[in-house]
Amino acid sequence: MTTEATGGAIPLSHSGTHRRSELQSSRLRSAFIFLIPMIVALLIVAGWPLARTIYYSLTDATLDNLYTGAKFIGFANYFAWVTLPSGRTFFSGILVDPAWWNAVYNTLRFGIASVVLETVFGMLIALMLNKEFVGRGIVRAAILVPWAIPTIVSAKMWGWMLNDQFGMVNDLLLHLGLIHDKIAWTVNPDTVMLSIIIVDVWKTTPFMTLLILAGLQMVPTDIYEAAKIDGVHPWKVFWRVTLPLVRPALMVAVIFRLLDAMRIFDLVYVLTPNTPTTQTMSVLAQQNLFAFNKFGYGSAESTLLFLIIAVMTILYIWLGKVNLSGGAK
Amino acid sequence: MTAWALTKRSLFYLAVIAVVVISVFPFYYAIVTSFATGTDLFKVQYWPHSLTLVNYLNVLTTGSFPRNLLNSIIVAASVVLLALLLAVTASYALSRVRFRGRSLLLLTILAVSMFPQVAVLAGLFEVIRFFHLYNTLWALVFSYTIFTLPFTVWVLTTFMRDLPIEIEEAAIVDGAKPWTIITRVFMPLMWPALVTTGLLAFIAAWNEFLFALTFTSSNDTRTVTVAIALLSGATPHEIPWGPIMAASVIVTLPLVVLVLIFQRKIISGLTSGGVKG
Repeated sequence: MTTEATGGAIPLSHSGTHRRSELQSSRLRSAFIFLIPMIVALLIVAGWPLARTIYYSLTDATLDNLYTGAKFIGFANYFAWVTLPSGRTFFSGILVDPAWWNAVYNTLRFGIASVVLETVFGMLIALMLNKEFVGRGIVRAAILVPWAIPTIVSAKMWGWMLNDQFGMVNDLLLHLGLIHDKIAWTVNPDTVMLSIIIVDVWKTTPFMTLLILAGLQMVPTDIYEAAKIDGVHPWKVFWRVTLPLVRPALMVAVIFRLLDAMRIFDLVYVLTPNTPTTQTMSVLAQQNLFAFNKFGYGSAESTLLFLIIAVMTILYIWLGKVNLSGGAK
Repeated sequence: MTAWALTKRSLFYLAVIAVVVISVFPFYYAIVTSFATGTDLFKVQYWPHSLTLVNYLNVLTTGSFPRNLLNSIIVAASVVLLALLLAVTASYALSRVRFRGRSLLLLTILAVSMFPQVAVLAGLFEVIRFFHLYNTLWALVFSYTIFTLPFTVWVLTTFMRDLPIEIEEAAIVDGAKPWTIITRVFMPLMWPALVTTGLLAFIAAWNEFLFALTFTSSNDTRTVTVAIALLSGATPHEIPWGPIMAASVIVTLPLVVLVLIFQRKIISGLTSGGVKG
């Protein structure tokens, strides 16, 4: 969103008369008063807590000594080493913690796989919904259902459907002859991540579809008519006309989904609890903070996740020159 | 119609049916399961065989689920009111008055909505303990502001920006102060946007899990999402699928109905400003 886009705002600059400038300064004053509560609220719930998380990441805090003086230990939670008299050096901290790198790997694997699948399916369903056909309203209503279902509920629903003994998915696949033995989807290390991705794709493709559809509907129909008259193959029309025109909307949707995927917590926590193969950065940090009583260490992991997401956002905005408000407009 | 056109058409409708079935089936299957008990639960049934309300009676009369349901309603409703109250005035200032640093402020608000929740978890925990809010519903109302407020402000700002300037000018000429302009001039025009953002904020608060899991610790203060996640049977190995599905249906049905009623508004709310609800 840029300043230039503010169509309705009354400009302050060309204040010709005295009456006008008095009016403007009174408007400025009330604008200021109106903004204060929101800014204060955001500072208390976002700014200050973030600063404190970063501070705690530099201490050896536990849940017990939170207020009675956690010791400042610099970057030791992130990286530290001791050299013994014998000359052997030991490294410690998150940067050499296999559990952390495992979580980073899982988060990236999950994020990339699910966003790619959601983009492809989202695009296909959006193209479908952009056509006129009988029952279009039903499809549009139906795809809103997964979006409306709370993540925890979808995790439980799918957990039940993917149940190894009594699950409907195994039953269906057995009857179709696609598998010969029941698969323990949410337990077997080979399929746990797949289960998480399936549920996430099912749940968030609608969001992707709606954003892409909004972009598609901005494409003027006469372009398609012209292409049709010229006999251009639909495949070529898609790559040469549709895709370039919806690219801004698509990019906005992809970045929002990717940032969202990087912080995934609830689905993993509920569908595959305590599984190293799916443990993501958020899950690991939350566990260290509150289950393992390593408040400082968990804070450091949260801080790293924050930095990763911040860098991704900045890179994306900078490289892609994405107009964050304009995509869908 | 040629054979090829017919095939193409059938394939298209096949895809349409697949999309509808895949979208709706899991919820349908949860409903079917919620009406089954005993050994029926452990036979895969695609059509409802039994229609017993035992699971529903079970979750609604034993344990703390009714209390959790009430908690979720209180939290979500308070969050909506708080977010709208703070956002309406703020978005008036952000959309109708030009001042230095406005785009920076808008960008900061957008940045807050991208915060990973876990990044503020430790700091929020400290703040909540400091105000003695731990294990109360207020802890949730307070912390949910972090994700409802930015997007409410963003969507309302986009909406207010597009209102014609003439209305406001007329009010100014009549001597109306900004507060009067907001309450008397803009609010009546903004009902659609308020309903949309309110609904999206309600859904976000209703579905939240991480904060609810971390900031409450007893059965009486939990919200439905945590309650469902923690529903367990008599033994750790016995998962009460029937009651879990009944609770899931109770929690989800109102949302699905609301979303279907307001679908056009929700779609426009989701896509305006490109911010996820």
